[in-house]
Amino acid sequence: MAATSEPQEPAGTAAIAVRDLRKEFDGRQALRGVSFEAAPGELLAVIGPNGAGKTTLLTILAGIRRADGGSVSVPGNVGWVPQQAALYRRLTVEENLRLFARLEGVDDVDAAVDRMLEQTGLRERASDQVASLSGGNQQRVNIAIGLLSSPAVLLLDEPSTGLDPRQRERLWEFVLELAGGGTTVIYSTHHLAEAERYGDRLLVLADGERVFDGTSDDLHAAVSGPERDFEAAFVAFLRERGH
Amino acid sequence: MRWLLLKDLQILRRSPLIVALLVVYPVALGVLIGFALSGDDGKERVAFLNQVPADEELELGGGEEGRLDKGIAREELCSRVECVDVDSREEAEQKVEDGDVIAALILPPDLIDRIESLASLNPEQPTVEVLVNEDDPIKADLVDDRISALVTEANLILSQRISEQAATYLDLLIEGGHFSIPVLGELDILGLERAGKILETVADALPENSPAVPGLERVIRFADLARENLDFALPLLGAVAEPIAVDKVVVKAESSELDTFAIAVAAAITLMFVTVLLVAGSLALEREENAFGRITRGAVGKTGLLAEKVLLGVVASLFVTLLLLAALTPLVSIDWGRAPLIVAAILAGGAGFAAFGAALGAAAREVRASSLLAFMLSLPIAFLSLVPTGTVSAGVYDAIEVVRSLFPFEAALDALEGSLDEAGPDLLGALARLAALVAAYGVLARLALRRFT
Repeated sequence: MAATSEPQEPAGTAAIAVRDLRKEFDGRQALRGVSFEAAPGELLAVIGPNGAGKTTLLTILAGIRRADGGSVSVPGNVGWVPQQAALYRRLTVEENLRLFARLEGVDDVDAAVDRMLEQTGLRERASDQVASLSGGNQQRVNIAIGLLSSPAVLLLDEPSTGLDPRQRERLWEFVLELAGGGTTVIYSTHHLAEAERYGDRLLVLADGERVFDGTSDDLHAAVSGPERDFEAAFVAFLRERGH
Repeated sequence: MRWLLLKDLQILRRSPLIVALLVVYPVALGVLIGFALSGDDGKERVAFLNQVPADEELELGGGEEGRLDKGIAREELCSRVECVDVDSREEAEQKVEDGDVIAALILPPDLIDRIESLASLNPEQPTVEVLVNEDDPIKADLVDDRISALVTEANLILSQRISEQAATYLDLLIEGGHFSIPVLGELDILGLERAGKILETVADALPENSPAVPGLERVIRFADLARENLDFALPLLGAVAEPIAVDKVVVKAESSELDTFAIAVAAAITLMFVTVLLVAGSLALEREENAFGRITRGAVGKTGLLAEKVLLGVVASLFVTLLLLAALTPLVSIDWGRAPLIVAAILAGGAGFAAFGAALGAAAREVRASSLLAFMLSLPIAFLSLVPTGTVSAGVYDAIEVVRSLFPFEAALDALEGSLDEAGPDLLGALARLAALVAAYGVLARLALRRFT
């Protein structure tokens, strides 16, 4: 298998196929042969303890980092939403959208910006500088930028970090709508409740290794002992596997 | 790339403080340097108190030739320093104490008498009084140097006049002529030459066996010898009047006027600070705003982003430096006929500093750190680049040469100086050095960006 993270056509109907992805930082293995697939419209939650390799995996899928080995196959565009809003705070909402639409090579910039202003509900704030927006609205612009090129796969790194419960709720409504429209959404999160509630499937990483790939019910079932909540089941699962 | 450039310019436009600095800094620097170069003729201010009676004339020897015009003497003095006329010693002291002048020169009432006595049999040394305020060592040195130069010059003028007067007397003694002495009136001086001729006539008229002939011939020989030897004394007197003649030989002439050099230094420093800080900060800001990954994963790429930052630096440096030169134009002479060369030098210098700034920004990765690094490196490099030859030992100078050749300041300064003045350093050579530095710092910046994510 080629040691590359360049997008390739996935086999079958998968929106994205990842094979044997490996990455090393200064002798430390951040990813150890991670493989998975995701179907169109699927919501895949990537969870794991700190340093598990979640952000490394997503940045390689986004094309920001190069993998040392393995391959990533994607049929269409990949949208990328980093954990911290990657926005120019001195530019307005519209100027940010317009700039990134141009940088992403979107054909009809005006239409894409218009669609995103509509989709994020920020049309009334289009002329406001991003610095003046709340954290929740900044995150909406951040996500909107990731969606400008109408990507087949949207990557969200810790999307709800720093948002209050109401803003989180609105964010997930928005993401669910996207998935309902056929966009594959892969997101990392520390909020296990969000993983359980919104994820169609869970990918558990620990020490750069994929240790679980299945639904939340499958994870509950994989843990021995009495019935417990998802968070307790997750911790027990990792402990049983020595993490 | 153009959209990124547009974005950076939009962000700049929305940072009123930075825009104000970009406009005010070159204009203020230009005006200050312009005034410094044009308004001040570089002369030190010296208070001048002349206590010599107004009707007294300075005469060395007799006649018109020995008369020294006091007005011309003052003019000579005040062409070297800016004379501030004062009416009393107290006023002179006050001006020196207040720092209005670096010194006060007081010519005492008996100065003329004493100078005139130099040409008499009872010479008295003339003395002038100088009041100084040596409140710091640099000023003290300056005052000492300036006064020493003025006194040397005055002594030279006087000794020239005295020797000229002495030469007139010798001429009179050799060739004879009229000489005016007060009270006695005008005297007719025979002179050795005419005396010799008279004696020869007398000797010819005497019988050959006359006992007076041998004595007369001795007197004639003495007159001839005296005339010939006194002729030799005339150039000797000239040598005494001007003991050391200075023959200035220029061995290296790759230097422009002081004004041009000052303009080039101002422009190079402006270019350096504006461009290095802007590019380093702007590149580090991409990371601080978390936008770096988002930008470089697309069509722009890391190399494209670097190129955009260098272009931003070049655009800003062109704007700021032209603004500086425009602010200087009403105050000092800038040859705008050389505008294409000036623009080329600014573009190349701007690119050099921008590449240097990009390397700093990529290495520092944070705006504050990159700004600090830019200041900490730029200032000493600019300082080193201005160290002239001969001020440090040869070994130290060689080391400085190596260090400053690694940074764009010296090459940018040479390019600007060469573009402003044809007599300046080789412009093409400076542009080539800048091109090499742009490439080298571009590569360094690109390597540093590999660990930027």
